[in-house]
Amino acid sequence: MGAGSMNITSENKTNAHVAVFEFEGRPAAPIKREVKISVPGKIAIAIVLFWVAMCFVGPLVAPYREADIVADQTFAPAGESCSPFRKGVCSFHLLGTDYLGRDVFSRVLYGSRTTMGISVAATLLAYVIGVTFGITAAIRGPKLDMVLSRINDVFISIPSIMLGLVVIAAVGTSIPILIVTAGAIYSTTVFRLSRAFAMDVMVTDFVEAARARGEGLWWMLYREILPNIVMPLATDFGIRLIYIVLFIASLSFLGLGVQPPVADWGGLVRENIQGIAYASWAPIAPALAISSLTISINLIVDEMSAKSGGKLAKSLLK
Amino acid sequence: MSRERNILLEIDHLRIDAATDNGKGVPIVKDISFTVERGNVVALIGESGSGKTTIGLSTLGYTKPGLHVAGGHVRLEGEDILRMDPVSLRKLRGRRVAYLAQSAAATFNPAIKIGKQVKESAVLHGVLTRDEANERAGKLYRALELPEPDRIGNRYPHQVSGGQLQRVMAAMALLGKPDLLVLDEPTTALDVTTQIEVLQAFKKVIKEEKAAAIYISHDLSVVAQIANYVIVVYAGEIMEMGTVEQIINNPKHEYTRRLMCAVRPPPRADMGNATSDDHMRDVPALQTRKIVAGYGKKADGSLAVEVLSDIDITVEHGHAVGIIGESGCGKSTLARVVAGLTPSRSGQTLLDGVELPRALNERHRGDLRKVQLISQMADTALNPKQRIDEILGRPVELFLGLKGSEKRRKVMELLKLVELPVEFAGRYPEELSGGQKQRINLARGLAADPEVLLCDEVISSLDSIVGDNIIRLLKGLRKKIGVSFVFISHDLSTVASFADEIVVLYAGRVAEKGPVSKVLSPPSHPYTRLLIASVPQMRIGWIEEVMESRTAQAGIARVVTFSKEGCPFFVRCPLGIPNTCDKVVPPERHCGNNHFLYCHRKISFLKEDASERVKVKKSDRIRMA
Repeated sequence: MGAGSMNITSENKTNAHVAVFEFEGRPAAPIKREVKISVPGKIAIAIVLFWVAMCFVGPLVAPYREADIVADQTFAPAGESCSPFRKGVCSFHLLGTDYLGRDVFSRVLYGSRTTMGISVAATLLAYVIGVTFGITAAIRGPKLDMVLSRINDVFISIPSIMLGLVVIAAVGTSIPILIVTAGAIYSTTVFRLSRAFAMDVMVTDFVEAARARGEGLWWMLYREILPNIVMPLATDFGIRLIYIVLFIASLSFLGLGVQPPVADWGGLVRENIQGIAYASWAPIAPALAISSLTISINLIVDEMSAKSGGKLAKSLLK
Repeated sequence: MSRERNILLEIDHLRIDAATDNGKGVPIVKDISFTVERGNVVALIGESGSGKTTIGLSTLGYTKPGLHVAGGHVRLEGEDILRMDPVSLRKLRGRRVAYLAQSAAATFNPAIKIGKQVKESAVLHGVLTRDEANERAGKLYRALELPEPDRIGNRYPHQVSGGQLQRVMAAMALLGKPDLLVLDEPTTALDVTTQIEVLQAFKKVIKEEKAAAIYISHDLSVVAQIANYVIVVYAGEIMEMGTVEQIINNPKHEYTRRLMCAVRPPPRADMGNATSDDHMRDVPALQTRKIVAGYGKKADGSLAVEVLSDIDITVEHGHAVGIIGESGCGKSTLARVVAGLTPSRSGQTLLDGVELPRALNERHRGDLRKVQLISQMADTALNPKQRIDEILGRPVELFLGLKGSEKRRKVMELLKLVELPVEFAGRYPEELSGGQKQRINLARGLAADPEVLLCDEVISSLDSIVGDNIIRLLKGLRKKIGVSFVFISHDLSTVASFADEIVVLYAGRVAEKGPVSKVLSPPSHPYTRLLIASVPQMRIGWIEEVMESRTAQAGIARVVTFSKEGCPFFVRCPLGIPNTCDKVVPPERHCGNNHFLYCHRKISFLKEDASERVKVKKSDRIRMA
């Protein structure tokens, strides 16, 4: 005999007010999950918050103005830089100067606003377009799915830079146009992704229940399906953001993106690329900015999915 | 001395804990001790969450992620499994101890042929050579009564039926001649007719192989057929243990008695509640006329697979109609047709005498409100990202137009109606147990104030105790609100105790329909008889009795096949008339009181045959027309 010490009748008494739960209500109450953020998660959040803050206060903190050529020495190393032509004219540059003698540190701070503004806006736009059409294609029967998917195939098959060039060559360049172009181009991959995820969710019983209730497209999209595919999409969001940063940088390099002298990180790397030979900070600093931002966003996404992904561990525990 | 040596497995004060976020261990298995002797089948019985599987897995030296052994020993022939190094464990698993999981379908790799998967483990462990493995696999296929034992190994998992796959898995486990077999609910997911066949095969093969086994189940009536010893587990503790005769005939512990009560008695006519006509109206709540439905489309526009043909059912207000049949008979399709999720090809669905459009998107919101489908799997039927108040509040808002505090009040009312605490409104589905989720699923159906509830196997995935509570709840609702029910189940006892009328469905055709009292006293249609005879009874030796009877022998080990011509049941029917039953669609025979039979045999013949069967139970006399 095992230690049958538990007295079932006494258990019944304690549960008298919910008589039906005898032998069912175990474990009695779910333990409220405490949200614990890991150390990498905390660092990542700090970095992202820093860059977001720089979007707003960057120009106030920056020691020099964005477009000012402040030193005679190009690709000056970090620290005090003295003019080779004018005796005694020296200025301090935290991260040195760029190929025209502008302050790299100031330009990176200024660039955070353009880069994050454009890429976040474009990524959000790509998601709004891609997710809406992607889930719609999954919901609204095979015919609409076929039409939308084939249209999407057409756009996805055109190289993104080529498409961007054509659009910008046709309508000219400005920041809103860059956002719309990048958003539209990258919505094609988001479309595919969200359509595939939504297809999986579509066959579940709760979607069927919603259909039997006669729910409209909007509710199906944003209340039934999207919450269930938001985690994998969020993972993709981080990566998509990087692609868009690089896309904008490529356009800037070709002279069709952000117009000089306005700084954006991708453009800063491109314009200072020769500086690598002089061990200059000019191409490194914006590259570090891009990677710190994107890695941090990915870490945050990982952190979020690890928290909700406890589900997997939970299902194994059952 | 000889007794000592016979002990194969000894579990000694085993304790297993689950780690929680705060670092404290929650005990899952609390100080369990028992032994398994060679040639014995020990059953671990208890409801879900009682730690049965955890104990079973510990004999493989395995704990699920998040669990860890807190103390005790598991000794196989004196060797402590829990303290083995990974290399010895690898040698132990599959060779000396084999584990058979609940769902064979999920265990097999769909892309590899069955035979290869069966042989893989034994050959890999070096127990058998490839040729020996082939030979032994063939032998086991034969012992397990699998069809085409020489060729079944060349099939892919999807090409055999669920019951067959379960037996193939047993062959895989037995191939390496393990000392101990751990069977984890191997028949729970199967139909009653398939369950008999699998149980019988397991019993035979365990005897022939002289293996010892641990049989994990929640169903005492199944355990009664196969086990020698029974251990009753509740919340990780042993409540009672003893020989199967002791436990079945003379249970001592109160929990065992509760488990026994929850085992559904064999279906009888008189176990239902009297037909209540309190809510009757002139027009039936729901009526279907000549429903034909199916899937796919052929080039000429006809259905590729016709799942339902000419289904006529009538559900009066406040009545419950039970729909029974094996899986694949079209029960769920019928519910989907009525709900509009699968538009019918032809025929009419009438609600309160008014015809409903076939497709969902042509129906008015009012019609959608009146018919609510409650699906089988509460786990997938509730959106995991919505809180309970949203899940219940949405239909309230949509159908009843309630907002704000009125909506909240209605949600609270619904929670009270399904006997759940109101605090559950703020929880997510994953924070609820299976039974609680099913209640929420039910409450969502009720939120629309429906007139007809279509319950598709609502209790099939639940424990008997939890299932009983749900049934009690449904009965109460029916009396209180006068909702009509279409109750789909393959569990006849539940249907018999809940429904007023029964519709027996076989391969998309109605085999028999009528009031419960008429259909079951005694069952006359050959298919109804087969179904009733297959429900396990909590009696030792029941399975042998059934296997001897002609009805069962004729009926089991067959899959449901759809036939366009004649009676689809002909291939399994012990009373089939060649050249008639396989050619002509059976005629409708009315035996009074709205009781209809669809059979070529005359009612008088069927009645006589049925009553005779009751008298001479073990008769093997062949009586053919």
